[in-house]
Amino acid sequence: MYKETDILKESSVEGNLIINIGPQHPSTHGVLHLVVTLNGETIKKVEPHLGYIHRSIEKMCESLSYRQFIYVTSKMDYLSSHINNHGCAMCVEKGLQIEVPPRAQVIRVLMDELTRLSSHQLWWGAMAMDIGALTPFFHAFREREMITSIFEETCGTRLTMNYMVPGGVMADVNTNFQKSVKDFIIHFKNKINEYDELLTGNIIFQNRTKGVGFISKENAISFGCSGPTARGSGVSCDIRKLYPYEVYNQLDFDEILEPGGDCFARYLVRMKEMKQSISIIEQLIDNIPDGDFQAKTKAVLKLPKGEFYSSVESARGEFGVYIVSEGGTTPYRIKFRSPGFSNLSALDFMSREGKIGDLIAIMGSLDLVIPDIDR
Amino acid sequence: MFLKEYIQDIYGAVKSLLIGMRRTGYYFTNHKEIITQQYPDNKATLNLSERFRGEVVMIHDENNEHACTGCTACELACPNATIKIITQFDISPDGKKKKALNKFVYHLDLCTMCNLCIVACPTDAIKMANTFEHSVFDRSKLTKILNNPDSKIRAGIE
Repeated sequence: MYKETDILKESSVEGNLIINIGPQHPSTHGVLHLVVTLNGETIKKVEPHLGYIHRSIEKMCESLSYRQFIYVTSKMDYLSSHINNHGCAMCVEKGLQIEVPPRAQVIRVLMDELTRLSSHQLWWGAMAMDIGALTPFFHAFREREMITSIFEETCGTRLTMNYMVPGGVMADVNTNFQKSVKDFIIHFKNKINEYDELLTGNIIFQNRTKGVGFISKENAISFGCSGPTARGSGVSCDIRKLYPYEVYNQLDFDEILEPGGDCFARYLVRMKEMKQSISIIEQLIDNIPDGDFQAKTKAVLKLPKGEFYSSVESARGEFGVYIVSEGGTTPYRIKFRSPGFSNLSALDFMSREGKIGDLIAIMGSLDLVIPDIDR
Repeated sequence: MFLKEYIQDIYGAVKSLLIGMRRTGYYFTNHKEIITQQYPDNKATLNLSERFRGEVVMIHDENNEHACTGCTACELACPNATIKIITQFDISPDGKKKKALNKFVYHLDLCTMCNLCIVACPTDAIKMANTFEHSVFDRSKLTKILNNPDSKIRAGIE
């Protein structure tokens, strides 16, 4: 727990300087406040202070019904809102023991992978911008615009969709959906090579990221890292592979592991994951089975008494939903396991004895979304 | 040996920068792909998708009749208390009392466009409209009454 006296204790060490980074958008990722203890340019300690965008979503969910609480979760990790909604819908389905129709399962997986692509594209642009390259941001948003247009066509909104409902999806896909996705895939397959040309091979970028923010496999596990952050250290933690949900066990894709453990390894994991997502979408887009898009459910959902947990692989790591039900129409308690919170806890470890300029590169490579951390 | 590595490093570095600059140069000379939309100049050609969630509206036909029975399913489905339905009792010609809609109050400033009310409506009386320019000078103007004045329920809808 942070105390005012801590600052006095540390600042009394000779040569130590304490500076506050934030809370106003330290590196365009959200309202995060970092108290950094510096000795010259060397980082001695990084202390993240949270709570600037806390909206008490978990408490709010306790007063909402099982259909209503799903829409709130798209406002947590707004870049992978489909995946958040998916996790919540799956947890409710687990409690009600609803079988999701195959068509809905495939649509859900397609939407998840499109979300992952759009999230990684934004991360790619934002990370490059953190490090000082402005052009990639515009390139990334050019492709991301196509995905948000696809979402707008089918779901009606661009960012907070509320498209996954207990039992399936809210509406059938738009008639243009297959064509738009195929157009996007053809377009993006050319452009992802451009991403590599512009940034991956760039010597300035490599010097800024290679060997920076190292975290070993053991430490990544002990900090509870998940997603690309952990896979960049060689930890196998892809929920899609380990605990397959929906149709992921029938699909042919690889779990990307990079042994490096530094910022560049985490960068490579996400770049390769984008290619895997493209391959998953290509496998599914022509094979959407016919049938219902939503299972028949009761008008008022009541979960049986008990505890339910389900987890999905969001763009940042393991997103878990834990519901305690007392048998009523609203949950007794909801806990979200957000990937950003655990990944942020490793920031102090990663950046110690590094330089102040590396801190921003490390934060970029963690892909932090602050509303996801604060909830 | 050291010198050779040093020169190789420099060669690799310069090459990587040139590869990036080639891409930049391509876009500098081939600016055909213009993706910026010149809003609001393109208002006439602006193409929004049919399902775009702009605001909730009530569907009225040419006889100024709607399909809302005042069942409050949308009010119960809304997570933010955006919708408030005020009902009244109409007396039908055969003397029976019947519940009917008086006012469908819609608080646009609270709405998050989650679409749950549209899904909940049993008679498809409301829908999402494509309008998205909602800025007004006063917040009270965002509270709307969706049913037209003097409108009544379409015959045959229970």
